[in-house]
Amino acid sequence: MKKFMLDLIIKENVQLSNQYALLILTSSDKLPEMLPGQFAEVRVDGSSEVFLRRAISINYVDYSKNELWLLIQVVGEGTKRLAALKSAESVNLLLPLGNSFSIPSNKDSKVLLIGGGVGVAPLLFLGDFLKSKGIEVNFLLGARSKADLLQMSEFERFGTVYTTTEDGSHGEKGYVTQHSLLRESKFDHIYTCGPTPMMKAVAAYAHKTNTNCEVSLENTMACGFGVCLCCVTDTVDGHLCVCTEGPVFNITKLKWQI
Amino acid sequence: MANLKIKVGTLQLKNPVMTASGTFGYGTEYSDFMDISRIGGIVVKGTTLRDRQGNQYPRMAETPSGMLNAVGLQNKGMEYFINHIYPTVKNIDTNILVNLSGSTIEDYIEGAERLNELEKIPGIELNISCPNVKEGGMAFGTSCLSAAQVVKAVRRVYKNDIMVKLSPNVTDISEIALAVEAEGADSVSLINTLLGMAINSETRKPVLSTITGGLSGPAVKPIALRMVWQVAQAVKIPVVGMGGIMNATDAIEFILAGASAIQVGTANFIDPTVTIKVLDGINDYLERHKFSSVSDIIGAMEI
Repeated sequence: MKKFMLDLIIKENVQLSNQYALLILTSSDKLPEMLPGQFAEVRVDGSSEVFLRRAISINYVDYSKNELWLLIQVVGEGTKRLAALKSAESVNLLLPLGNSFSIPSNKDSKVLLIGGGVGVAPLLFLGDFLKSKGIEVNFLLGARSKADLLQMSEFERFGTVYTTTEDGSHGEKGYVTQHSLLRESKFDHIYTCGPTPMMKAVAAYAHKTNTNCEVSLENTMACGFGVCLCCVTDTVDGHLCVCTEGPVFNITKLKWQI
Repeated sequence: MANLKIKVGTLQLKNPVMTASGTFGYGTEYSDFMDISRIGGIVVKGTTLRDRQGNQYPRMAETPSGMLNAVGLQNKGMEYFINHIYPTVKNIDTNILVNLSGSTIEDYIEGAERLNELEKIPGIELNISCPNVKEGGMAFGTSCLSAAQVVKAVRRVYKNDIMVKLSPNVTDISEIALAVEAEGADSVSLINTLLGMAINSETRKPVLSTITGGLSGPAVKPIALRMVWQVAQAVKIPVVGMGGIMNATDAIEFILAGASAIQVGTANFIDPTVTIKVLDGINDYLERHKFSSVSDIIGAMEI
């Protein structure tokens, strides 16, 4: 897919909490086509501490409104600055970057999208995409507590939503991999994005139940398009760049001890 | 339009803007963003005789106004370059130089011999300054004797242009430059990255898997500029300057310090069109100051 460097405009910055912001970006030109799983490299201006772009998952694209959504979790100076952007401000982005989740050709496939924390971000766009292909979507979303479960009403637009929280304030208490759904149902495809320990636990479940499983990795990177070679992960084919060969990998390709 | 053409060693560049090895892939990664044939030269990713997996992740740490990397020369080796990359890059209408690295002098010789076969590669950038590999690399570039030995050996077998990339991790970079000049280098390029490190205080662990790595970006620019100036005073062969160039003003500073051409490195990660902006900005500067040619400002710092 052709990559672009674009200056987009903040249409709205929705503060979801003091830790999370949803940036809704738009442009006077038509946004390019993007696929679920892909990401953008977002430039952060005005700080010598923040030298590099920040890799942010594509949360959602609304082509009818010409909107690109980015879900930002404040973890450091760069994301703090992004989360503080105001309406009408301009942001420079490289996109769309990376590969995408594979879409099953069989419409009767049973799919489960498992997200944790801010890792739920790409699963919204994936849910929309799968639903538009006529595939029934199930989301299993986990967080520390109810306040950390993001965009619940948005997820409900595209499928059935199951939740777990560590403190039991919403859904079943515990981790996503402890949810009763995983004991009671069998899926054909699992897609997951979230903290690495969570994704490894999901991968272990998928491996044990012989379920096809794709994970979205988030290694630190400088460029985002395969030249700096900083974001590699160890695979059966050697060190591969997460930014170009990923961020989505089938678990059979990774050298995870699961 | 000022005359931007410049001769560096035996290379004829259409302008002084080149890209630094390891920051521009094989050029084609940038073709969605810009017309890569507009720049004066592309130095492709460091290539070794045999394929290398590089160092373990994590390989990168962001630092104030810069970054540390510890990639460790990951590449698919000379055979792969010749069979799979050269057929594409040979069609790019600019100078394509191969950054050649090795663990032993024999590696460098064999690599250079293979590159002799490639008609559309007008030269190599001899990498004796990579700080991220255990064997070879910087070890060759930090003593006059070993730097001279590598250049001498490669000069004997390689027929085209040899640009030698120097390490800043030395006491006196001019001495190394003089040593490689004496053995027949056509030009020198500097600086490679400065050895640095980063620690995560929360986990009390080093950020990089290799503990130390190479620092690049605007943080190193004043050091790079000083070294380019010192080397340009010392040698007669052309100097190619690099280190933290983010815009045309930075590039012009290097040329005023004595560089005949410059390489843009880390800035390519942040703005993939930066080389074109640097190129256009150099032309604007020359027109604004009424210089007819970029060669008029090489080493033109007024003291």
